[in-house]
Amino acid sequence: MGWFKRLKDGIQTATKYKKEAPDGLWFHCKECGATTTSKEMRENFFKCPKCDYHVRIGSREYFDLLFDNEKYTLLFDNLVAKDILEFVDLKSYKERLDTARKKTGLNEAISVAVGKIHRHAIVIACMDFSFIGGSMNTVVGEKIARAIEYCMAHRTPLLIISKSGGARMMEAAFSLMQMAKTAAMLSEMAKMGIPYFSLMTDPTTGGVTASYAMLGDINMAEPKALIGFAGPRVIRETIKRDLPEGFQTSEFLLEHGFLDFIVNRAELKDRIGELLKLFAPALKAKA
Amino acid sequence: MVFLEFEKPLEQLYEQLEKIKQVGEQSDIDVTPMVKELEKRIRKTRKEIYSNLSGWQKVQLSRHPERPYTLFYVSHIFKNFIELHGDRLCGDDKAIVGGLANLDGQTVVIVGHQKGVNTKMRQYRNFGMANPEGYRKALRLMKMAERFGFPVFSFIDTPGAYPGIEAEERGQAEAIARNMFEMAQLKVPIVVTVIGEGASGGAIGIGLGDRVYMLENTWYSVISPESCSSILWRSWDYKEQAAEALKLTAEDMFRFGLIDGIIKEPLGGAHTAPEEMAKTLKRHLKQTLQELQQIPVDELVQQRIMKYRRMGEFEELAPVSEKEN
Repeated sequence: MGWFKRLKDGIQTATKYKKEAPDGLWFHCKECGATTTSKEMRENFFKCPKCDYHVRIGSREYFDLLFDNEKYTLLFDNLVAKDILEFVDLKSYKERLDTARKKTGLNEAISVAVGKIHRHAIVIACMDFSFIGGSMNTVVGEKIARAIEYCMAHRTPLLIISKSGGARMMEAAFSLMQMAKTAAMLSEMAKMGIPYFSLMTDPTTGGVTASYAMLGDINMAEPKALIGFAGPRVIRETIKRDLPEGFQTSEFLLEHGFLDFIVNRAELKDRIGELLKLFAPALKAKA
Repeated sequence: MVFLEFEKPLEQLYEQLEKIKQVGEQSDIDVTPMVKELEKRIRKTRKEIYSNLSGWQKVQLSRHPERPYTLFYVSHIFKNFIELHGDRLCGDDKAIVGGLANLDGQTVVIVGHQKGVNTKMRQYRNFGMANPEGYRKALRLMKMAERFGFPVFSFIDTPGAYPGIEAEERGQAEAIARNMFEMAQLKVPIVVTVIGEGASGGAIGIGLGDRVYMLENTWYSVISPESCSSILWRSWDYKEQAAEALKLTAEDMFRFGLIDGIIKEPLGGAHTAPEEMAKTLKRHLKQTLQELQQIPVDELVQQRIMKYRRMGEFEELAPVSEKEN
């Protein structure tokens, strides 16, 4: 027997009278299930205050976290994608682009900015997963190429923060060729002795991992990020058995020798600052 | 002979031809005029079918079980091929072959995907899906080529890099990325030919070069039509549409400026006259190599990098005054 008896059936409150918590006041961790305020989570470098889970964040958040005084200048932000193939699947590519631009307020899946970390100049190219899964298309490739040229012209180190589902299918072979383009441009920058740091974040897969993400002079990753070439689902379907626990995580890649280190987001800025200081003599030497 | 589904009219004609020939052998009837007539119809039908192939049909042709693979071309184009094994790190990948050979008097290095010619060999070759060892073996051979000034010929024919646990453990992504990084700077000419399937990272992992050619009935894209269908259409049934949408044929790729040329196949596909195909390919490769060897090597590398630097189309909005945050 219940203690209370329901007198009326169904929910009676009209939608307009419903009291809702303001959007984003609470943060619910999808890793440990804990609920805290969003403010706490943000102040904890966008990590769960309970379990340290690194929440997926966008380029603007990384720029604010990393650049001194949150000051930076966006570069090449006027480049936008073209529907070269007139690609249509269930939706048209044009539609997908429009939706993504409106939803994110961004022009593409990568943003490039120049500023300072611990008073050392640095160019950061950071991907946005919210823009069509952070997929790499011509514009992503072109912005990276231009960022590299900027770094070569100014002898400035480059940091690329990867967060991507891989190459963008709607630009097909054009996306594929961006792998070759970015790798070729990075080889040019390497010849000039300009350091390139690659930070892999959750998730980094496909053509992005198989091009610029893996080519850092220093390869680093945030904890517990998914990093790999083929997606876990594809691998499971191919080999027809379960994948080992921790497969394709940052820790797995570190163990197998593909990362220099894993860095907690709270220490990211200081760590990059230290690297910039250590690499500074190399930048002067050839200037 | 293996006929593809769109070759059904041809298959019927060939069956008729067989029957008539049998009749001719078993009786005194002179079947020559009928045979001639049928052969004419076969030629005509073949021309009709092949003059207007869809993207998906080309994908099917590129996977034709009788299609010549890398080692066939190696034996018909080059002499004294010595296969070289192993990446000196971990193992020897059977899905990528490589070695030294002679092209009409010049020593060259060859790398290429290799598919198996029968069920047993297909397994042995892992269906042309390479592991990191394959890419690293190819890189080792290309670096050797650079050391001795030998040009590199690369042949692409893969349904993709192998998606397996060990492949990930040993850094499939790193191996592919490293190859492109190194191939960009390699101080010898690199000539790449897509001879079958050119699927994504698995293809471009040995695919960066001064000249990239595609045989007429091959495809090259970021994903296979089947996988594209399963991801974007959420069903495996839209492979034909996906093949069209991806614009993955040699013609498309050439029109987009993503490859440097198309090499014509015999009517009906490379498998119908493999020797003829090898001859045509040899002519192209030799001519290309001659052209590339006229260019001083530093300039060659610079041209190669600029070629890739320029790839892609996009729009440039009026430059906003540089925002400072």
